[in-house]
Amino acid sequence: MAAQTILQKLEILADAAKYDASCASSGTAKKNSLGGKGIGSTEGMGICHAYAPDGRCISLLKILLTNHCVFDCHYCVNRKSSNVARARFTPQEVVDLTLAFYRRNYIEGLFLSSGIVKNSNHTMEQIVEVARILREEHDFRGYIHLKTIPEADAEIVHQAGLYADRVSINVELPTDSGLTRLAPDKDARQIEGAMGKVKSDLVEAKDARKRFKHAPRFAPAGQSTQMIVGADAATDADIVGKASRLYDNFRLRRVYYSAFSPIPDASAVLPLKRPPLIREHRLYQSDWLMRFYGYKPSDVMQATEADGNLPLDIDPKLAWALKFREAFPVDVNRASKEQLLRVPGLGVKAVGKILASRRHRALRLDDVALLTQSITKVRPFICTVDWRPITLTDRADLRSLLAPKAEQLELFAA
Amino acid sequence: MTALQHVKLGTYYVVHLPEADDFDFWRERARALVQCDVPPDRIAWVEPGGSGDLFAHGERRMPVPPMDAKPVRANRRFVSLARNAILHSDPERFALLYRLLWRLQSSPRMMEDKADPDVRRVEELDKNVRRDSHKMHAFVRFRLVESEDEEVGEHYVAWFEPEHHILRANAGFFMRRFSNMRWSILTPRGSLHWDGETMSEGPPAERHDAPGGDPMEDLWRTYYASIFNPARLKIGAMLKEMPKKYWKNMPEASLIPELVAGAQGREAKMVEKGALEFEERPDTLAAIDKAIHACRKCPIGSLDNHAVMGEGPQDAALMIVGEQPGDQEDQIGRPFVGPAGQLLDVHLEKVGIDRRAAYVTNAVKHFKYVQRGKRRLHQNPGAKEIDTCRWWIESERAIVKPKLVLAMGASAARGLLGKTVSISKVRGAPIPLEDGSELWVTAHPSYLLRLEGPAREEQARLFDADLAAVKTRLEELA
Repeated sequence: MAAQTILQKLEILADAAKYDASCASSGTAKKNSLGGKGIGSTEGMGICHAYAPDGRCISLLKILLTNHCVFDCHYCVNRKSSNVARARFTPQEVVDLTLAFYRRNYIEGLFLSSGIVKNSNHTMEQIVEVARILREEHDFRGYIHLKTIPEADAEIVHQAGLYADRVSINVELPTDSGLTRLAPDKDARQIEGAMGKVKSDLVEAKDARKRFKHAPRFAPAGQSTQMIVGADAATDADIVGKASRLYDNFRLRRVYYSAFSPIPDASAVLPLKRPPLIREHRLYQSDWLMRFYGYKPSDVMQATEADGNLPLDIDPKLAWALKFREAFPVDVNRASKEQLLRVPGLGVKAVGKILASRRHRALRLDDVALLTQSITKVRPFICTVDWRPITLTDRADLRSLLAPKAEQLELFAA
Repeated sequence: MTALQHVKLGTYYVVHLPEADDFDFWRERARALVQCDVPPDRIAWVEPGGSGDLFAHGERRMPVPPMDAKPVRANRRFVSLARNAILHSDPERFALLYRLLWRLQSSPRMMEDKADPDVRRVEELDKNVRRDSHKMHAFVRFRLVESEDEEVGEHYVAWFEPEHHILRANAGFFMRRFSNMRWSILTPRGSLHWDGETMSEGPPAERHDAPGGDPMEDLWRTYYASIFNPARLKIGAMLKEMPKKYWKNMPEASLIPELVAGAQGREAKMVEKGALEFEERPDTLAAIDKAIHACRKCPIGSLDNHAVMGEGPQDAALMIVGEQPGDQEDQIGRPFVGPAGQLLDVHLEKVGIDRRAAYVTNAVKHFKYVQRGKRRLHQNPGAKEIDTCRWWIESERAIVKPKLVLAMGASAARGLLGKTVSISKVRGAPIPLEDGSELWVTAHPSYLLRLEGPAREEQARLFDADLAAVKTRLEELA
């Protein structure tokens, strides 16, 4: 076979990386290239340089170093037994590609992951080598996200954190039994052990920087992880529980959910339909509720239906409100911030505006309408000076009144 | 009021701004006008290129604030909003800001009243400008111009069409990011040039002033097309964040129609490759028999061969699974009738298992071979092929419901477990299966056929021991 061109390799190795959900480039330390000899800056807010037709942001050059892999995880398109086309970049090729894209303002930086070749340590060393060349030889100050391999030595993983803005380790599946069944080469305890080590490195580096101005930074954008949804029997309640444990135990910045999507050359152990994409969306909504709206995991679990899954037709916040109608209506002129945040249809920004505005005037329904996206959704759950939903909250068909109208599906919709 | 001495009653003031985005100029004029107590409806603000003629009769000389005028009050929130809002292309922005400043003097906390129409409008302008700036950071695309002159080196040039007057305000972002690169951003409202040390401004430019392409764009388009997952088309989400008005200056956008149109086909192809999962299971052995003859899910099915169905009682307690039919099985159409089958019969008889009471089948239903002259040489099925064929063995198990499955050889074990195991490690002990039955793994009899001397004796002894253990276990389960 003729040697592959960079273009062919990029095609294969970008394709192989697309099942990783994260493309975030936000939340890292501020840095820029003034006074340096290279290029690159990060200014807190991430930038999406393009959007693909799947609606996802393209912020980073997200590729695998190689999609050769000695592991055989059934949900993964790159598993050993899959017969996809294989390719392999050298670290220098990845560096050149990253810089060429960055100079043309296509990307914020690099998200590098890899299949396991030879062994975990060798692979991890190659990943770290890419980051080292970028940072040390080219003084690159853009964003770097490195996927770390839980089986690799802690010392190499630590090295990755010194170069990268963010490191991540995928927990892959919400349950240990799912992991055992679908990823026979991986070990849940090892994964969590590695995440624990990264957490302690993060804490240590943060502490050191308080005391020594020039202490090295360690992954200033923290660590994140990813779970595949719908590849095993875990319910939304299980997933939410797992995510909140991960947030608590490992101080993760984000838990990403990736709806299992049909992959070419799927393993026969996955006798599955693809889960509705909306399920992934509902999980992200519940994630938001826990991170920004003050919901506890137990609150989200209360919003699930009898089968332990969140309803698909309405969002989890509305589902919770419909289950706990006694908590409503909420008086927008008197209620606390926490109470307002529980009102379906009021976001964090709208609540902030309500709190600020009500110091100046007693809010009427029309005022609230100006501050929110949709007053019809909010109306049954609030009181204002001139509005009180007398019958609405008691109506049995409230759910059907508020749920988005079912759409006629297109015959050939994707 | 004292200020009235300086302001002629009913005078209409016209303020001409030197630049559309000159906040400091506006601030200075607005401060003086407030101090002279000129109400908002007596001022016209005219930006360069604006419709100044309408106000030809206005007073262009600014009033002079009285010495004892009160200082003008504006809180930090207002100043930060105004700085941004003044970059908006709405010609009314100066008047709006003046009106807000005017009202702030009597109600200093009005910026908090988010339901006020003026406050809402200025926040909207601010939001639009911030969004436009953010999109500029995101969607500017530099193209490389290589100069013959060694001294000059590489020069990166971008053409961009911002909606608002944001170019100058965003110079710093690009300077901090590309500080060691020579670049220019050309827009219809003006241009910026950075040579690695100093920033300079140039006149408005046109599209053809910028280069028309860059060799790297092919790689970028390849990346864009490959990172897109056709199984999750969400065009609305893309358009919301990347409206069509930006597309014309983004090299990757030309691919979008094609990607969208091809997505359904690409997803169908992805699903088709794993299509077995989406069929309905046959519910009788006869239906399986019929279906496997038509099965072309893997390349083996397309060879010149016949499918070989398992045989035995439908309620057998023991299921024996081999690898795949051999040459003779393929011709006769029954499992385990060739040399390996005969050897199996000998050993089964020796330990006292009645083959007729067991359901005997194979992990792979078709004979895989390579043609060597007249002979068809056996080939091991690949992991992928075994995994594909698992569908059938699972269907057979669902109907026969054996209490114990005996897998002979690594291929058979994979067919039951979905992963490759080492025979020497797993033999001799039960492995629980998901439906509650148990799996025992042993070597394949053809393995014995390939050995000679003491090695064969040793393996035959192990094989017998495995069979004996299975027999004992079967009696326990009965």
